[in-house]
Amino acid sequence: MFPGSAHLLYVYLAVVSQQAFDILGSRTGKCSIMVKANVAKMRFMLLFSRQGKLRLQKWYTATAERDKKKMVRELMQIVLARKPKMCSFLEWRDLKIVYKRYASLYFCCAIEEQDNELITLEIIHRFVELLDKYFGSVCELDIIFNFEKAYFILDEFLMGGEIQDTSKKSVLKAIEQADLLQEEDESPRSVLEEMGLA
Amino acid sequence: MSDVVEKTLTALPSLLSLDSQPGSAKLSSNSKLGNLIRGITELTSKHEEEKLIQRELLLIKEQVSSPNTTMRQMKELMVRAIYCEMLGYGVSFSYIHAIKLAQQGNVLEKRVGYLAVSLFLNESHELLLLLVNTVLKDLQSTNLIEVCMALTVVSQMFPKDMIPAILPLVEEKLNHPKEIIRRKAVLALYKFYLIAPNQVQHIHNKFRKALCDKDPGVMSASLHIYLQLIQENPEGYKDLAPSFVTILKQVVGGKLPMDFNYHSVPAPWLQIHLLRILSFLGKNDQSTSEIMYEILDESLRRAEMNHNITYAILYECVKCIYTIHPKSDLLEKAAKCIGNFVLSPKINLKYLGLKALTYVVQQDPKLALQHQMTIIECLDHPDLIIKRETLELLFRITNDQNVTVIVEKMLDFLRISEDDHTTIDLVGKVAELAEKYAPDNEWFIDTMNTVFSLGGDLLQPDIPNSFLKLLSEGFDSVEEDKKLRLFAVNSYISLLQRDASKLPQRFLQVICWVLGEYSHLREDLEPDVIVRLLAKLLDMKSSSSETKCWVLMAMTKLCPGGAALALVHNVSETYSSSLDTMLRQRAQELEILSQDSELQAKVLPRSASMEPVEVDSSLSFLDGFVSEALAAGAAPYKPPHQRQEELSRSKALNLEPYGLSLPISMSSCSITDRQSPTLLSISSGLSGDSTDFSHKGSSTVLKLDGVKRLWGRDGYLAQKEPTEEAPRIEAASPVRSADQLGNNNSQTPTPTPTPECDQEKQQLASSLFVGLASQSSICLMGKSDQPSQRFRRKTKASGSSEQITNPLVFPSDGSDNLLYKNLLDSPDLDGSPPEQTPGLDAPNGACDAEEESTDADMKEIKTPPIRDEHVTAEASPHHDPDRSKDPSLTSHLPAELSALPHSKTTTLFSKQNLDVSACHVQKEDSVVLVVFISNCSDSFLQQIRLQVDSEELEVSCVSDSPSEELKSHSVAVCQYFLTVKRPSVHFDLSATVSWQPPAGSPLTTQFSYRLPLTAFIRALRLSTEEYGAKWLAFSHDTKQNLTLIQGGRDPLAATLDVLKRKLQLHVVEVIGVEAIVACCLQQDQPCLMHCRMHAGMLAVWLRSPVPDLPDCLLYCCQRALQEL
Repeated sequence: MFPGSAHLLYVYLAVVSQQAFDILGSRTGKCSIMVKANVAKMRFMLLFSRQGKLRLQKWYTATAERDKKKMVRELMQIVLARKPKMCSFLEWRDLKIVYKRYASLYFCCAIEEQDNELITLEIIHRFVELLDKYFGSVCELDIIFNFEKAYFILDEFLMGGEIQDTSKKSVLKAIEQADLLQEEDESPRSVLEEMGLA
Repeated sequence: MSDVVEKTLTALPSLLSLDSQPGSAKLSSNSKLGNLIRGITELTSKHEEEKLIQRELLLIKEQVSSPNTTMRQMKELMVRAIYCEMLGYGVSFSYIHAIKLAQQGNVLEKRVGYLAVSLFLNESHELLLLLVNTVLKDLQSTNLIEVCMALTVVSQMFPKDMIPAILPLVEEKLNHPKEIIRRKAVLALYKFYLIAPNQVQHIHNKFRKALCDKDPGVMSASLHIYLQLIQENPEGYKDLAPSFVTILKQVVGGKLPMDFNYHSVPAPWLQIHLLRILSFLGKNDQSTSEIMYEILDESLRRAEMNHNITYAILYECVKCIYTIHPKSDLLEKAAKCIGNFVLSPKINLKYLGLKALTYVVQQDPKLALQHQMTIIECLDHPDLIIKRETLELLFRITNDQNVTVIVEKMLDFLRISEDDHTTIDLVGKVAELAEKYAPDNEWFIDTMNTVFSLGGDLLQPDIPNSFLKLLSEGFDSVEEDKKLRLFAVNSYISLLQRDASKLPQRFLQVICWVLGEYSHLREDLEPDVIVRLLAKLLDMKSSSSETKCWVLMAMTKLCPGGAALALVHNVSETYSSSLDTMLRQRAQELEILSQDSELQAKVLPRSASMEPVEVDSSLSFLDGFVSEALAAGAAPYKPPHQRQEELSRSKALNLEPYGLSLPISMSSCSITDRQSPTLLSISSGLSGDSTDFSHKGSSTVLKLDGVKRLWGRDGYLAQKEPTEEAPRIEAASPVRSADQLGNNNSQTPTPTPTPECDQEKQQLASSLFVGLASQSSICLMGKSDQPSQRFRRKTKASGSSEQITNPLVFPSDGSDNLLYKNLLDSPDLDGSPPEQTPGLDAPNGACDAEEESTDADMKEIKTPPIRDEHVTAEASPHHDPDRSKDPSLTSHLPAELSALPHSKTTTLFSKQNLDVSACHVQKEDSVVLVVFISNCSDSFLQQIRLQVDSEELEVSCVSDSPSEELKSHSVAVCQYFLTVKRPSVHFDLSATVSWQPPAGSPLTTQFSYRLPLTAFIRALRLSTEEYGAKWLAFSHDTKQNLTLIQGGRDPLAATLDVLKRKLQLHVVEVIGVEAIVACCLQQDQPCLMHCRMHAGMLAVWLRSPVPDLPDCLLYCCQRALQEL
């Protein structure tokens, strides 16, 4: 935009009269619909690396396999191409994409147009905190090798796309309880298994 | 996350050699998964990876299907399968094993099994049915972890049809001692509510209990449900507003356990939920808004910390403040808040600020003015999303003064935008603004040219449509119309003279049409010139055959004499042998019409594009041809859908498909070979939602697919069918006018206005140059799809709560009150001496039809004295003792009802000096049951109580006759609103009346009252287009043949007339032997009917979104016709 037109715009904005707004007021019906429910009604959440490798995917609405692949590919391309100082929100298809990069991993959520982007950003952050607490300084490798654990944590945190528990402690408690069984159960047998396989 | 150590893949080898990792996470470097992952990271090419994974998959496949694989190994295999799937390889062979693992494994294996199931399958997958039993078992398990897993998977995905099977178990979990179970159960019920709201209707009071749960986690989970419920029906939950305010106060005041803090902000998610709920409750409601002002103020004040989460809360707060009834000092604070957002250097906040500004700009235009410099800066922002949001904001403040600048900005953005969705959206908006605020012709045409070129073929078809409509209809001034058209013609000629090969097809089509219609306005120009220009388009490689059709059409209209005739002849010759039937048709027309200018003038009269085209939709002119062909042994024509249906049902079920929703009929001989019509009702839903049938096994599903393709959402096959058979009939069919121009090579692209559109058109026209569009209804562009959906949803929601929204009605939801106020309002009343009424003639036939079925059974039971402290005792506003001597009970009808059609008053019983009679009154949008209780004795009757109940109907008391006692010879009148819960042919109301005679013990009598479905049916006024759209959306249907009313010249009209009279159906349109009819059950439950005369019968096909409604209505139609 060249400076002249900016000036022009300035002038036009300044002469916008009250009357004009009254006319507009009744016109834009979208405004009233904008307040929509579902604080964190999420369509899907993706975790992928800077290299474009998918690390985790969770779909909260029924999507065909083929579409999933296409969407993941498209989205990775878009998000990876963004520069660091850019907005964490994106409009993509009819969805709002909220993403954040942690170290080498991108966390990426799709929400509906009218949802609160900031709170979604914080959902991502809380998830990272949970992972961090659980794995102890989480890194991408933890998630690569223990992705099923990451899924368990996510399921305990978000249920059907809605935030389930905001208390960090109780999320981890639930996971650890289940894990505890695993530990007891695992150690004696895994040796046997190793031997049997070797 | 500052404390996360960045470890990248470059460190992989060294890390893998480490045996142990801190914390509970171990790198399972020895496991097979570890090996797999390591193997993949070492690879260098995609091809190698593919090979490796394929090998791995083979291995997994072999092992999972081996009987010797233990569950433990299976668990490991599943994890690997999940990993492979994440890499994008199909592992469908393992789906069944995932289910098996969830079924048979121990807790830990189960956990992986459930995880795999939830990652592999979605709720419409048929294998999911195999999981139902496992879920059932686990829900009953004593192991908490198993219950948790079952609830998690249920809330993630569960087949809708199977919800009833597990619902009681999930409900039970609401009382579980462990809060984690209660919480998950609440969320599972929320999910059920979302996918099948009617199945959880009955447990609303349990939701309240969850809201009062002592555990904040359970309480906050229940807010999900409330948010949804309140959004759908804010009126029904006003009583909860103070509770929500109190909860929010406690949360903001830090009364929750520290656990719920997030970055030292108390339960931010909870706060946001509550703020949303409050904004729904306070919208357009001053008194409710007033109780929230204080807490909103406090929320604004408290959220001072510089952290995203506080901004998220602030944003929600601001939205709430601007949504509810305004309060000036709050608005001021909110405006300041938005200002901070907009001015923030943080880009995310700036974005949110713009979004908020867009939201509030209508109410507070000054705010936009305050931040105009920032807005201008944002327009130049390097991040497109900021730019985009700014344009959205500008779009909302456009008026006829700033339109040129704003549109210019939007077009600038369009030129760089690569995202299809954005392009479509923005192009629609530009077109909308251009139509609304265009300052002059030149600008309008230029802008639309840019819209067409930029929008390309992504353009919503209604943009060119409405543009052409606008041109052809014109405005008040003929002079002005001419100028506009002339300008368009000039501009297009100059476009064509340059390189036209880059123009999108849609644009070319528009150009062709305009030149064909209006190039004669350029008197200085010979039609030859235009024809030559058009001919150039035909030679372009990029032109689609659709575009070529338009070109030929335009040429036909121009029909030059002289020099270009040879060219025209050439063209028509070339294309008359084209493989494309449409093109061939056009070429033929061109050929014939160009040689016969008299005929041309008759067929395509100039400046008559507004006249509706007369169409012989039955194609009777072909009858001779067809019968000749049949006589010569040709096979009778079968429309494609019939052919397909026959294929898919090779077992020769007599299915009798008849015309689609389109009012296009085949000529009568085309159906001669059909089997004779039988009274066969194909089970409703066969053509409906295939998910309903997914559990019936795959073979059924397969067949259904075939059917669905025909009748399903995208099943407008008939659009193509007539094109092949006879393209001529299309033009007049108004159903399709919306996408006609875009999708079809219709012969006559002249818009054919139907009366319904006229108003809209006028509105559009007037909005164009005056720039004073005040109605949002003109938003024809781009967004048409979404709002209509929303609208539908909205009406549904408000409909289900009809009784509550009616101001007359006490908002009573028994369960709600039980919990919160312990106030049960049962309909109580008193009676007084009766007057026996001779039956009154109901003015409405619909009531008469079922009159005789109104029966009055009664049982008398002696009961001990009934004491009810909740008996209300006020005088009925409608009760007029002076009238009690009136011989007619109807005179007791409340004034507002007496003018409406009502049924005959039926005496329900008469005993012990008490007479009870009733009738029902049909209001515009509801049915009111009026019960008259008359005391015929000379003494007082006391403690009269009446209770009305029904299984199929929702009964709510409007005014109960409230005096506890009924004077001698007086009449008490009670009114009940009736709403249909689920459709049925008859609705039985059972009522109990109890009273205390002057001497002796209290008496109780039960009686029943029957209403026909017809009492609830109302005409649904639709246009044919709306009908077409709805028809496809409805999933429940039924078909049957009905007897036609014989005699008279037009049996169809006679039959429809009867249906219209007796059932109040609305006849949308009659075309030839077909008719489309619409009605609805109390506003929000439409039912559409398609009738076709066939072999002396009337084949009807009913469709509705409501199960059972088609069947019930069909029965009513049958009755109505038989009773003649």
